[in-house]
Amino acid sequence: MKYTEDHEWLRVEDDLVVVGITEHASTQLGDVVFVELPEEGTKVAKGDDAVVIESVKAASDILAPVDGEIVAVNEELVDKPALVNEDPLGAAWFFKMKVEDMEALDAFMDEDAYKELID
Amino acid sequence: MTRETGLSELKRTALYDLHMELGGKMVPFAGYEMPVQYPMGVMKEHLHTRAAAGLFDVSHMGQVILRSASGDMADAARALETLVPVSVLGLKENRQRYGFFTNAAGGILDDLMIAHRGDHLFLVVNAACKAADIALMQERLGADCAVVPVTDRALLALQGPAAEGALERLVPGVAEMKFMDIAVLDGPDGEVWVSRSGYTGEDGFEVSVAADAAPAFARALLEMDAVAPIGLGARDSLRLEAGLCLYGNDIDETTSPVEASLDWAIQKVRRKDGDRAGGFPGAERILAELETGTARRRVGLLPDGRAPMREGTQLFADAEGGQPIGHVTSGAFGPSIEKPMSMGYLPTELSAEGTQVFGEVRGRRRPAIVAAMPFRPATYKR
Repeated sequence: MKYTEDHEWLRVEDDLVVVGITEHASTQLGDVVFVELPEEGTKVAKGDDAVVIESVKAASDILAPVDGEIVAVNEELVDKPALVNEDPLGAAWFFKMKVEDMEALDAFMDEDAYKELID
Repeated sequence: MTRETGLSELKRTALYDLHMELGGKMVPFAGYEMPVQYPMGVMKEHLHTRAAAGLFDVSHMGQVILRSASGDMADAARALETLVPVSVLGLKENRQRYGFFTNAAGGILDDLMIAHRGDHLFLVVNAACKAADIALMQERLGADCAVVPVTDRALLALQGPAAEGALERLVPGVAEMKFMDIAVLDGPDGEVWVSRSGYTGEDGFEVSVAADAAPAFARALLEMDAVAPIGLGARDSLRLEAGLCLYGNDIDETTSPVEASLDWAIQKVRRKDGDRAGGFPGAERILAELETGTARRRVGLLPDGRAPMREGTQLFADAEGGQPIGHVTSGAFGPSIEKPMSMGYLPTELSAEGTQVFGEVRGRRRPAIVAAMPFRPATYKR
């Protein structure tokens, strides 16, 4: 698992990059009440807004961590946004990306470095 | 919120240490360091208040005693009526009512609770406005009345269906009170000033207790299973579900009481042809508006789907094109109604229940329906 400075986690699964937010981020956001997912097939560049989540406090964007194509989205979150708080590292993944340059992932933090960031 | 204020300049309430001990997440609010939430989180705090009882520290609000120099309560009531368009003289002893200070242009300077305490009036005003409210009363009423800020008492709100049972254990007698009754009763450590009211749409109480007795009083309540501490976050979603205005968001100096759909708070006696018609700042405009209506009205809105339309969201008549016709002044997800809800201003001709309008959220117009408020029926004990 890799971590971004925007508190997203990235996991490689079947050659795809799965993206979610960390437990730290979900705690900071508070109770999530709404998730808006991108269309499957959307091509995104690193830093593009990919997902909108609204918590009881505010709206936040989830950014595309790298260039690529969104090939799957987690529709379950539309009906159950609370999953983002209940299981941010598991059931509450947001989308899966096809990424040409998998080496781009190397630039992100590992778990120890991320823990240092949030402490 | 006064975001520019550094934490170091902020005031603290008598319950500050307790908030820290309970894990409250402190934020600046109206010049005070206040808990926005506790570890339970906004959503659960909201639902707990509706299911059992929530304890709120509202000590940042202003408590003020208004006493006439003559010693006659009616003189204090008459004096206050020169600043508010509500019937203060018509208030019975040990009762309170909602009101607002208006300005010469007919806008709202603050909203407040006014209580008749036998030989004086007791007022509760908003934290952000209290200095201005007190200065206004001292300037305009000071010749005939003593305006005495109460600075040595905390103010707690206990709200929800279990509030009566919990408070009765500490302050015997509260169970006999009805909605908007007030009473001075014996608490565990001195006199408490109780009103059966609040700002959540729930049955409940606001309790003014001596600042040095307040932490023990709050702890005694929190020891009961039914009672949990609730922060400003849930206070906001609770009041919005109840259709209640937040001063500074939904009402301010630029909104008249009639535009704000607060006509119900202006009793007949202060309206045109009433015995004490007018005689308050902005009367000309407000009395005229009560007769002929206003160009815009504050309404409730239920957005389609789950995306909240928050404060500042522009409203449109159509799905495409046209200029904004109004805007949202408060918006959030309603944990009890399980959907988003908003309050805002619309042209009166588009303010009827069931009218469809569109709110622009992140560049896309989404439908919302004008809806009756409260969004969730109140459970006051009348």
